[in-house]
Amino acid sequence: MKIHIKNGRVIDPMSARDEVADIYVAAGKIVGNGHAPADFHANRTLDATGLIVCPGLVDLSVRLREPGFEYRATLESEMLAAAAGGITSLACPPDTDPPLDEPGLVEMLKFRARNLPGPRVYPIGAMTQKLEGQMLTEMAELTEAGCRAFTQADAPMTDTQVLLRAMEYAATFSFSLWLRPQDVSLAKGGVAHDGAVATRLGLPGIPALAETVALATILQLARETGARVHIARLSTRDGIAMVRAAKAQGLAVTCDVASTHVHLSENDLVSFDSHLHLVPPLRSLRDRDAIREALRDGSIDALCSDHTPVDEDVKQVPFGESAAGASGVELLLPLTLKWAREMEVPLLQAIDLISWKPAQILGVPGGTLAVGSCADICIFDETAEWVVTSRTLASQGDNTPFLNHPMQGRVRYTLIDGHIDFEAPR
Amino acid sequence: MNPQLTEDGRLRHLLTLDGLPRAILMQILDTAESFMDVGEREVKKVPILRGKSIFNLFFEPSTRTRTTFEIAAKRLSADVVNLNIATSSQTKGEAILDTVDNLAAMHADMFIVRHSQSGAAHFIARHVAPHISVINAGDGRHAHPTQGLLDMFTIRRFKGEFHNLTVAIVGDVLHSRVARSQIHALTTLGVPEVRVIGPKTLLPTGVEQMGVRVFHDMEAGLAGCDVIIMLRLQNERMKGALLPSAQEYFKFFGLTPEKLALAKPDAIVMHPGPMNRGVEIDSEVADGPQSVILPQVTYGIAVRMAVMALLAGTGNA
Repeated sequence: MKIHIKNGRVIDPMSARDEVADIYVAAGKIVGNGHAPADFHANRTLDATGLIVCPGLVDLSVRLREPGFEYRATLESEMLAAAAGGITSLACPPDTDPPLDEPGLVEMLKFRARNLPGPRVYPIGAMTQKLEGQMLTEMAELTEAGCRAFTQADAPMTDTQVLLRAMEYAATFSFSLWLRPQDVSLAKGGVAHDGAVATRLGLPGIPALAETVALATILQLARETGARVHIARLSTRDGIAMVRAAKAQGLAVTCDVASTHVHLSENDLVSFDSHLHLVPPLRSLRDRDAIREALRDGSIDALCSDHTPVDEDVKQVPFGESAAGASGVELLLPLTLKWAREMEVPLLQAIDLISWKPAQILGVPGGTLAVGSCADICIFDETAEWVVTSRTLASQGDNTPFLNHPMQGRVRYTLIDGHIDFEAPR
Repeated sequence: MNPQLTEDGRLRHLLTLDGLPRAILMQILDTAESFMDVGEREVKKVPILRGKSIFNLFFEPSTRTRTTFEIAAKRLSADVVNLNIATSSQTKGEAILDTVDNLAAMHADMFIVRHSQSGAAHFIARHVAPHISVINAGDGRHAHPTQGLLDMFTIRRFKGEFHNLTVAIVGDVLHSRVARSQIHALTTLGVPEVRVIGPKTLLPTGVEQMGVRVFHDMEAGLAGCDVIIMLRLQNERMKGALLPSAQEYFKFFGLTPEKLALAKPDAIVMHPGPMNRGVEIDSEVADGPQSVILPQVTYGIAVRMAVMALLAGTGNA
């Protein structure tokens, strides 16, 4: 299949390119950018006039709910949803049932995913067996099976000695550990940011300290062991400052935030809407503004959806009893664009946070439109307005705090490996 | 956008005192005043809610609050059904919304809800049919609006006005829905100084943003007070990481005659009950001349009648 993407505004953060040009795709590769290769005869021409052509998005946290939670969403539905969101590569955390702690489980997931249309699926392996925080997994075997990094996901890390050993072991092989900083005892029983709003609403709090105390431990252990650490889902101003300082001291650490936390804060909880029950909790406006600024100044390396589709039944209960998490693969792009518009950040820089940079963190191909790279491409209409409803979302999880909110920016085509895996109905 | 009010600003549900206009609080207190004599009549009934079905929906055990709601509803001639869900459907795993739908199908007009989760009453109010009103009888740590109202009623009865008072709330504010409702009511009604007094472990983060002054020294906090409200300390919190012992708590934060003497001579002492004598309050104070703890209980019935009658008056009940 040869595809000619014609007359689009081509944005490629890797080469800092932002200009109207044509892209040529053949045999799963980008074969021309600006100029057609000799003897190129397209099977299909996509008119991208007025549209933006950028690298396919790379999402660092998408729960596909397989194995174990198929009643909440299926691999098929969520991969289609991700493609509809312009995502061409995704990292899938191991908090499945059973957790991804054995090579066989990882191979099965990769096999299942390979046979379905949709993004490339990169499993993140469990750092400890059953995610119990006690015994290390076979990280080397899991890597051979296809794991790109190791994590506890949202499972608690109670034993600092095990964390130290995990870092030492991972550093032996230069494996990467993705850690969400949260001190389990400081967060105990909490469901919302410990601040004025949780106090007013009587919701048990998770203090910002739960993040910074755990983060201090992680950063110190990373310094000592030389382990490659990626800090997942930062949520506090102080946490961001710590990562910024660690980077300034030369520590090779990266970090991401969830797109929900770029726009929402504890102030949005006043209606007790369980769709706002997220992990980590929505923090104060001050924290949110620090996230927005740190994305601009580069202290935060990537934005992810932290896609967590859950059944409506587990949200239709009082806030504190509800399952945490929000569906988000289809909102990653519009929420990133919204931030860029509001902060007056150039599109090139905004798209970098959801394509090239996360591709580097994950260590995978894609994230660029350079000639010779794989043809993972997102074509979107920056100005298209739509409203988030269960009908406009392909995900089986309608659990988003943005339900019924207007969005601007919608994916028109998603190409994965040179195939059109998603095409918006006209 | 206040879910408790109708579009024209009348009371549709009573979920929290947070954000309720002063005029509505005053209307409830005035209406309660008009019901005060009903309890003293030979026939203790008025026909305001005749033919209405009120369901006491208690997901958490309670005797006192449930009973006063029941008496209030019966004095208004309503039919009252008590459901102790803590011991029935919840243990069978029935979802809250199924319970609510089932009761609505029995033509309920009003739900009185108590639940251990903050926001539970909001949650139910969002899901009931438009003709059903919800009264929050306590949700987690969030709100207990009828208790807050009966406390305001008590203060007004004994002190007359709100605008010249200093009120102290003493004890476990962190876990107290009563304290939160009292703070909202007191600040809305124009009390110029509301204080909270307690150890740092029992005061929630950012409580001063609710418009209160924070004291950790009880003697300083009680100085010059007109009203002292003691909060109940739950048994399970008397020993552990929040407090070392009930004895030490009583020594530093219990209300004794000596500490009471630091307040104004005509200060009144309140407690939402049930009391832990010798933990947060000395018996001599609880039973003493400045205590208005039993009148609080009596007024609770008139206040709950007022709330139900006003909800009925908006055409909802």
